[in-house]
Amino acid sequence: MTKQKRVVSKRHQQQERRRFLRSAAMTAGLVAVSLLGYIPVVKGWVSRLRPPGALNEDRFLASCIKCGQCVQVCPVNAIKLMDLESGFGNGTPYIDARAQACDFSCDGLQCVLACPTGTLTHDLNFPADTRMGIARLDNPGKCLAMQGKGFKGQARGADYQGLLRYDEIDRWNPIRVSEHPYDLELCDLCVRQCPIEIRIAQCAEAEPVEGKIERVAQKQGNECPPIHAIALEKVDGVMMPVIKEGCVGCGVCEMICPPEPAAIVIDVHPDREERRA
Amino acid sequence: MSSMKDSLAELFGRAPRRPHSDEISAEAKKLHALQKNDPDRIAAIHAELAHAATHKMPQKWRRRRWAVLIAVNLLFVVSYWLDIQLLEGALTGSRFIGFHMADLNSALQVTLAFKHMVLNLVIGTITVFIMWWLLGGRTFCSWVCPYHLVAEWAEMIHLWLVKKKLVKDHPLDRKARNWSWMIFAVLAIVTGYTVFETVSPTGIISRALIYGPGLAMVWVFLLLLFEIFYSRRAWCRYLCPIGLTYGLVGATSPFRINYHLESCFHEGECRKVCEVPHVLDTVIKGRATGLNASIGADCTRCGRCVETCPTDSLTFKFKGLGDLL
Repeated sequence: MTKQKRVVSKRHQQQERRRFLRSAAMTAGLVAVSLLGYIPVVKGWVSRLRPPGALNEDRFLASCIKCGQCVQVCPVNAIKLMDLESGFGNGTPYIDARAQACDFSCDGLQCVLACPTGTLTHDLNFPADTRMGIARLDNPGKCLAMQGKGFKGQARGADYQGLLRYDEIDRWNPIRVSEHPYDLELCDLCVRQCPIEIRIAQCAEAEPVEGKIERVAQKQGNECPPIHAIALEKVDGVMMPVIKEGCVGCGVCEMICPPEPAAIVIDVHPDREERRA
Repeated sequence: MSSMKDSLAELFGRAPRRPHSDEISAEAKKLHALQKNDPDRIAAIHAELAHAATHKMPQKWRRRRWAVLIAVNLLFVVSYWLDIQLLEGALTGSRFIGFHMADLNSALQVTLAFKHMVLNLVIGTITVFIMWWLLGGRTFCSWVCPYHLVAEWAEMIHLWLVKKKLVKDHPLDRKARNWSWMIFAVLAIVTGYTVFETVSPTGIISRALIYGPGLAMVWVFLLLLFEIFYSRRAWCRYLCPIGLTYGLVGATSPFRINYHLESCFHEGECRKVCEVPHVLDTVIKGRATGLNASIGADCTRCGRCVETCPTDSLTFKFKGLGDLL
């Protein structure tokens, strides 16, 4: 009787052992899979344009709760969420400027206001305070202005889905870029559509109106961008877009640039890429 | 107090224990003895078992629960698609008509990784904490979590395959969930990344429903395959730290499922339908220590035992308000 009992308990012990080992293996497997998410972060594959106000990349990934509230409030649907191939970046927001840039047509930085975790920091009050990235003339050979060419037609073709707000057409609703053809003697789309430049022009226009302030937001002086972001200037006898210190990296220039690939692109702002020591 | 200790111990994966004789109250002892050889009672049990064998199990609470689960998740989807701003965001973090809500485990991961909590997150966390504390147990799991629903479907397939003898269930150690909780908490602190969120099927499915599915759904699919072919309900039972977080939050809730010893036939119908059968060990003949017992913290408040019990010995109860249903 006692002998049989011992046999049973030994088998039971063995089963318990096996169960423990399987459980340990499963837990270890889960942790290992989740840690694979480190690779895309370390390799920098995650480095993309982030929405306005984003903390530097490490703190951004730490604090983002991956809820997509910023995605939901954007009037031009500029913000998308990253997928599993971005590892720890899974579910975090980014902007693909060539497909749809941030044109600040929400005026109030809605994504920043929507962010529940301060990942898009509330430190900035106006679009001009943003530093998402910096524009760079990547393919000067493609630039129409540098070739002395004008531009006529839809900036990105008839099938392009991207939206921009054209104040003179509809102050409140962005429209398709394809619905707004251009006819320019010299292509200056990157300067013409730059939200910062547009705002500077509006401020300058509104100033002479004494005693009456056209735009509500203008009561606060810093709503007017203090420095230019981009200008078409003559360099070595050729007209070319020159990026200024006021560039916020919103990506509208990259979005609107007609040639393929775009002559002008956005680099992620160096301050955002600073990594922990 | 000892019942709270047992409730927490079971939440942390300890097997339910048989109470010592001196822990059982005199009234309960009397009932246990009486139940053994009351001929009327035995006849009633046989009649009930015959009835149960010919009738289908009720599905009312399961249908209600699925309806709520689908409705909550659809509200996120509809709110975004129709732009009605009722419930913005995803399950990890949201705003319900403007009020911040944060999933407690996601908030924990973010706070441990970021080592800072902005006011909005504090508000969202407290709101959700109070909500799930009131509802108690792991109510979030069975009433809201979208992975729970697909895992229930996977479980059906698993059980069917087991019945056909095509697969074998491999029960694992429930303590694994403590380890996974601890490891992911430590990883968040040490690495400074919300490591768990990368693989959380709750977050992944919630975002997939709202913003469209992506590659991450492959991971969810793999988890389901693991559950179908290897271990029944493995994620929810043995791994998910979200479940442990909510279990802890709801452990002291005034809302619970109450067990009445007096009317119980000990047929075990409740344990057959229970999502987490270890919490119902108290209904086994001779186990109850008093005339009434509260079901432990690992209970998901799914209500299936309540509707399945033929003698209404299990009921929803809000402390101080009496039986609710």
